[in-house]
Amino acid sequence: MAGLFGLGIAVFFVLRHLLVPEGFGVYGHYRAGALADNMTVPARYAGASACGDCHADVVAAREGGRHARIGCEACHGPLSAHARGSTDAVPRRPNGRELCLSCHLANVARPKAFPQVTIPDHGDAGPCLACHKAHAPAIS
Amino acid sequence: MNTTRREFLGRSGCLLVLSASAASAWEAILAGRPEAAESYSTAAHWWGMCIDIGKCIGCGNCVRACKQENDVPLDPTFFRTWVERYHVVPDDLERPLVDSPNGGYDGFPERYQRDDGSKNFFVPKICNHCAASPCVQVCPVGATFDSPDGVVLVDKTYCLGCRYCIQACPYGCRFIDPRSRTVDKCTLCYHRITKGQTTACCEACPTGARRLADFKDPKDPVHAFLRDHPVHVLKPQMATHSKVYYNALDGSVR
Amino acid sequence: MEGLLQGVQGFMYPNEIELQWSLLIVLYRFITGLVAGAFILASLERVFNVQAVKPTYRLALLTALAFLLVAPLPLQLHLGHPGRSFEMYLTPHTASAMAMFGFVYLWYLMAVLVLEIWLDYRRDIVLMWRESRGWRRRIYGALALWSDNISDEALRFDDRLGRLLTIIGIPSAFLLHGYVGFIFGSVKANPWWSTPLMPIVFLFSAIVSGIALVMLVYMAAAWFRDRRIDMACVDTIARYLMYAFIIDFSLEMLDLVHRVYEADESFKTLDFMVRTRLYTSQVLVQIILGTLAPIALLAATQVFKLGAAVRTRLYLVAGVLTLVGIFAMRWNVVIGGQLFSKSFLGYTTYKIGFATREGLLPAIVLMLLPFAILWILVKLLPPWRPDHARPG
Repeated sequence: MAGLFGLGIAVFFVLRHLLVPEGFGVYGHYRAGALADNMTVPARYAGASACGDCHADVVAAREGGRHARIGCEACHGPLSAHARGSTDAVPRRPNGRELCLSCHLANVARPKAFPQVTIPDHGDAGPCLACHKAHAPAIS
Repeated sequence: MNTTRREFLGRSGCLLVLSASAASAWEAILAGRPEAAESYSTAAHWWGMCIDIGKCIGCGNCVRACKQENDVPLDPTFFRTWVERYHVVPDDLERPLVDSPNGGYDGFPERYQRDDGSKNFFVPKICNHCAASPCVQVCPVGATFDSPDGVVLVDKTYCLGCRYCIQACPYGCRFIDPRSRTVDKCTLCYHRITKGQTTACCEACPTGARRLADFKDPKDPVHAFLRDHPVHVLKPQMATHSKVYYNALDGSVR
Repeated sequence: MEGLLQGVQGFMYPNEIELQWSLLIVLYRFITGLVAGAFILASLERVFNVQAVKPTYRLALLTALAFLLVAPLPLQLHLGHPGRSFEMYLTPHTASAMAMFGFVYLWYLMAVLVLEIWLDYRRDIVLMWRESRGWRRRIYGALALWSDNISDEALRFDDRLGRLLTIIGIPSAFLLHGYVGFIFGSVKANPWWSTPLMPIVFLFSAIVSGIALVMLVYMAAAWFRDRRIDMACVDTIARYLMYAFIIDFSLEMLDLVHRVYEADESFKTLDFMVRTRLYTSQVLVQIILGTLAPIALLAATQVFKLGAAVRTRLYLVAGVLTLVGIFAMRWNVVIGGQLFSKSFLGYTTYKIGFATREGLLPAIVLMLLPFAILWILVKLLPPWRPDHARPG
C-alpha cells in the first residue's frame, strides 16, 4: 500500500513537470505568456492622432471650436482598419440628428453647464446640421 | 599562436553550438518576457483611471466603444464598462433610484422631471484594477493576475470558469464570456496602453470625463487631478486599493 | 436575457443579473456535508468507543465513500472548462481557499476514507477472495492487493492503523467541509456569506445531515433485508443527532441575532430578501420544517416514554425533515447570496433549467447516483458481519 502511494506521488511530480505551462511563475502566480496574449489583441480604434496624417484639413477646421478636443472616432466609430489603408473599412458619415442628440438631447442627469436642447424649443426643429457644422459647431 | 586545424575546428564547432543554443535560449527568454521583445517596460508604468462625474453626460460612447474594441458579447449582454444613472430623491441619500438600461449602450431615455428637488448624475463604472484585488486572491489556479504594471488581467487559456473571482469582486465588473466559457473583464485596453495609445473608452469620451492615468509618469495629469479635487474610490471600506479615482462622487453612489 | 431582466427588482449591476453559482453548487455543498457527517458518526464508534452505534460503522463509511465519489461531479458539470480542472493540482494558488480543494479531497479520499475502509474490511476481503470464483475472485484479489496475510498480528496492526486513521480522519473531515464553508465565509464582497461563523455553521449542519442520512440508510437497509432494527443503535444515533442539531441551531441563531443587532449597511437589503424572495426556503422550509420540527420530534422521544415502533416512525420523519432542512440551508446560503445586488439596491431571480447542464435533471441524477454506488458497494463489501444479523 505504501509502495502504491509512493509511486502515485512520484508519477504526480513527473506529470506536473510536464504539464505546467511554460513561463508559469516568472512574474507571479500566472503564465508569463498571458501578458503577451493580452498585449497582442488587435486594436479597432486607431486613436485621435492617427487621423491627422491624412485629414489635416479637418484638424484645422476643428481648431478652436467646441468639438476640438473630441476624438475623431468618438463620432466616426472605430477606424484603425481605415487608417491602415484597408479598402474594406469605409468610414461612414454619421446620421446627424441621431448622433447629435446622443450627447445633446436634454437630460436631467446631464451637468447643467453642458449645452443641451429640447427639440421643440430649439431653432425651428430642423436637421441639426442645417445650422451647425459638426466639426465646428458654433454658428458664426 | 599555433592552432592546429583540429583545434580550430573544435573551437569553432563549440562556438557554433553555443551560439545556436544561446540563440534558442534567448528566444525562449523572449517568449516569456514581453517587455524584452518590444519597447514597453512594465516597470515604468502603474496604470489606473480618473473619472470626473461632473463631466459625464451619459452619452454611452464609452460603452459602445469598449464593446467594439474588445469584442464584448452583445447578446446576452455583459459589460466590461457601463454607465449608471442616479436619481437621488431630496434628502434621502441612502435610497437612490439607479438605472442602467443595457448598461447605457443606447443612452438613457429621459424619465425624470426637471427641478423636482432631486439630484441626478451619471456614474461610469469599470474594473477598478485594484492593487489588492480580492478577485486575484481567490483564483484557484492563477488564471487572473496583477500585471507588474498594475493591470488586472485574465489568462483565457488557463481559466477554468469556476466563477469564484466573479463572486469575490465587490464591484460586479466580471462576467463569464459565453463563447469562451472563461471569465472576461476590462483589461484597461492593455493591448492599446502598452503601445502608447489610450483606452477605447477614454478615446471615445467626448467630454474628457474618463482619462487613463499612469501614476509613474510625473507629467501625467492624474497627479493634479488627485491634488485639486475631492476624490473618492468605490467601496473604500473593502480595502481593495482601487486605482480608479472619481471626482465629485456623491455619497449615494454604490 | 429578456427573461432574466423581468425578474429584476430595483437595480442590479448589469453583470450580476444572472446567477453564477447554480443548483449544482448547492448540491456539492450538500454532498460534501453528508460525507463529513457520515464519517463523524463512524468515528463515534471507532475513536470514542460508543458501542451502541457499532452496527452502522461500516455502513457509515461506505455511505461516505459513495457520496464522496459523486462529490466532484456537480463541480465538473458547472465548470466552463472541466478539462482544465487538473490545473488545481499543477499550479494551486495558495492564497485561494478553493485551490486547496483538490488536495484536501484527494487526501481525504485516499489517505483517510479508502484506506480506512480497506483496513477494516481486509480480513473479509481476503476471506471472500478465497471463497469466490470467476470474475468476483479477480475483483476481491485486486481489492486485497493480492496479500493473503490475515494472521492475528496483521489484523492487530490493521486495527491500530485504522484507529490512527480515524483519529486523523476526524480533523480531515472537519477540514473537508470546513474549507467549503471558508470558501464562502472569506468572500468580503458578499455580506450574506462573509462571516467567521460560516465554516463552523456548515460543519455542524454537515454533521447533522450526515448522521440523519446514515440513520435513514440503516433503517432502510434493515427493512430491505427484513431484519429487526437495533433500537439501541438508532436511539443513540438519534440522541447524537439531537445534540448536534441543538448546537447547529444555536450557531445559526447566533449569526442571525448578530446580524439583526449590528444592522450594518447590508442588513436592510438582506432582511428584505429573507422576508420576500427567501421566505419559503428560509423561514418555512429551513427553520420551521427543517430544524424546529425535527428537534421537537427528537426531543419528544427523549422526554416521553414511547414504544419502539412509534420512536422508529418519529426518527424516520425527523431524519427526512432534517435532510430537507439542511438542503434548504445550503440553498439559502448559495442561492440567497446571489439573489441580492452588491449595490444593495435590488434583487434578481434564479431560473433553473430542466435538461440543461446545470439544471434540475442533472441535479436529480447526481442525488440518486450515490445511492446506486452505495448499493454496489454494499453488494461488494457487505457491512453486516454475521454476528450483527438478528433474525426478524
